[in-house]
Amino acid sequence: MPPSTEADLLLQATGISKHFGGLAALMDVSLTIRRNEIYGLIGPNGAGKTTLFNLLTGLYRADSGIISFGGINLTGKKPHEVAQAGIARTFQNIRLFANMTALENVMVGRNLRTHAGVFGAILRDKKTRNEEGAIRQRAKELLDYTSIGHHAQMLAKNLSYGDQRRLEIARSLATEPKLLALDEPAAGMNATETAALRQLLESIRHDGVTILLIEHDVKLVMGLCDRVAVLDYGKKIAEGIPAEVRSNPAVIEAYLGGAMA
Amino acid sequence: MMTALLTNWRNLKRNPYAVWLGFALIGTALVLLPFVTDAALGRSWVRILDHTLLYIMLALGLNIVVGFAGLLDLGYVAFFAVGAYLYALLASPHFGLHLPFWTLLPLGALVACMFGVLLGAPTLRLRGDYLAIVTLGFGEIIRIFLNNLNTPINITNGPQGINMIDPIMLGEFSLSRTHQVLGITFSSVHNYYYLFLLLTLLVIFISIRLENSRIGRAWVAVREDEVAAQAMGINTRNVKLLAFAMGASFGGVSGGLFAGFQGFVSPESFHLMESIMILCMVVLGGMGHIPGVILGAVLLSMLPEALRYIGPLEEALFGRVIVDPADLRMLLFGLAMVLVMLLRPAGLWPSPVRQREFTRHD
Repeated sequence: MPPSTEADLLLQATGISKHFGGLAALMDVSLTIRRNEIYGLIGPNGAGKTTLFNLLTGLYRADSGIISFGGINLTGKKPHEVAQAGIARTFQNIRLFANMTALENVMVGRNLRTHAGVFGAILRDKKTRNEEGAIRQRAKELLDYTSIGHHAQMLAKNLSYGDQRRLEIARSLATEPKLLALDEPAAGMNATETAALRQLLESIRHDGVTILLIEHDVKLVMGLCDRVAVLDYGKKIAEGIPAEVRSNPAVIEAYLGGAMA
Repeated sequence: MMTALLTNWRNLKRNPYAVWLGFALIGTALVLLPFVTDAALGRSWVRILDHTLLYIMLALGLNIVVGFAGLLDLGYVAFFAVGAYLYALLASPHFGLHLPFWTLLPLGALVACMFGVLLGAPTLRLRGDYLAIVTLGFGEIIRIFLNNLNTPINITNGPQGINMIDPIMLGEFSLSRTHQVLGITFSSVHNYYYLFLLLTLLVIFISIRLENSRIGRAWVAVREDEVAAQAMGINTRNVKLLAFAMGASFGGVSGGLFAGFQGFVSPESFHLMESIMILCMVVLGGMGHIPGVILGAVLLSMLPEALRYIGPLEEALFGRVIVDPADLRMLLFGLAMVLVMLLRPAGLWPSPVRQREFTRHD
């Protein structure tokens, strides 16, 4: 793999630390994500993966460290500013707008790229009508893209588990992200659904979106990701292409438990 | 049978002629309503109709805050009070000011808006029970201020309230006088009815437009999951403040109309019980569903009036009043609320999508 240049870098997190009371959730973690790659983040339960995710997306504020995204400093920015900058995420425990239809969920995702205000809404002038039409159109396209177009009018809470995961991805894509951050998208999926998800992620990457993936399904991560980082007890213990990481003794120890054996 | 009716109804809704015919019928009914009521039930019921229209505006305003944005507001009557007192202070002999209605109406909406933001700003981080407690406190603060701002400088005239408020004038046309138009007599309550009806329709129109817009979706998204809404790039602070401001403005308009209609305001009219009543209208009708909320407002503002007839009924049946009608009214009212919430938890008339969901698993 060629050495990365400044232009290749999409996200650069340097020296991130986060404590919850006395618990050090993350200690001096750094990582870089290159444009248009699929970057995997793995590690045992409680390693700090989701914490890191929440820091990158502005939900938590880091105790120290700098997050830079496409040249913009995102340190300490609020979630909606992070989304504006171009990072969209999904949640480990699915967080859809349960009592909205699938279509409306995706339409909400268009919110930050559209402008209509109160007066536009009340008067419904030509500009607002056009914008509203474009929002609906784009939302439909994204539902088709994630193969749940036939469920557009169903309430999100009544979709099957796998479809809810897909809907979360569609909603995230509606924000026109440069980086799509997925928190365990394959959790609870069967083999067929996982295979379909893998196809979807590959086509998203093919369309120019960089992907950050937290996943427990090691097979999926190893098969899909260009590079993988491993977290254990809040520290990054390995980073590299999947083949390297897989044979890294520290990683094997973290996953299988060395000291006890 | 049920499904056949439903498909017929859906087909009917798609037919533009049927829709226009429906609108025409409803419109005619609304125009004739005060005269029919006057003839059948007497003038006091036309006054009740006027109050009902004010309550519809209030319920629709609160529906934006509670129904759409999911922010539990127990002090909503404060905005009604702000609107009413603003009108009272600027159009009465109290300060000797007599501003015209057409400036007072938008001004009332605007000032109530500002109070909405004032309440919204410090409560942005609160949700559910905690927000309910703070808003409840806000409602009481406003009422207590109105009650006590007669010293050292007399601003609100304290518990006596403000009297002799100017009636609403549309140009030279005073709504509080009886007019003869084309041989038909329009008394004061009739005049107010048509003005209130017009403004209620406007409020309904604005509510519907807002609901089906980018703003409306953002409100519902915040209600459904605030964290997810933020992650989707919604500035939840602005969205919530906007909900408070819009909701408050409806309350302010309604308050101004109330002051002009009654000719008298006092802090007594703005008790916590009023806030709860308006909230009940929203919840009972079907939170977030505009027709449901209107139904809730109509039922809850008329039902207590209808129950007034229980006293005379008791006398007629038993020869004396056994249970105090006022007590019985509240008892029946409470019972009705409990039953509705048990049997129809989503409200009497929830939105069709939600209703489908409720019956889906039967």
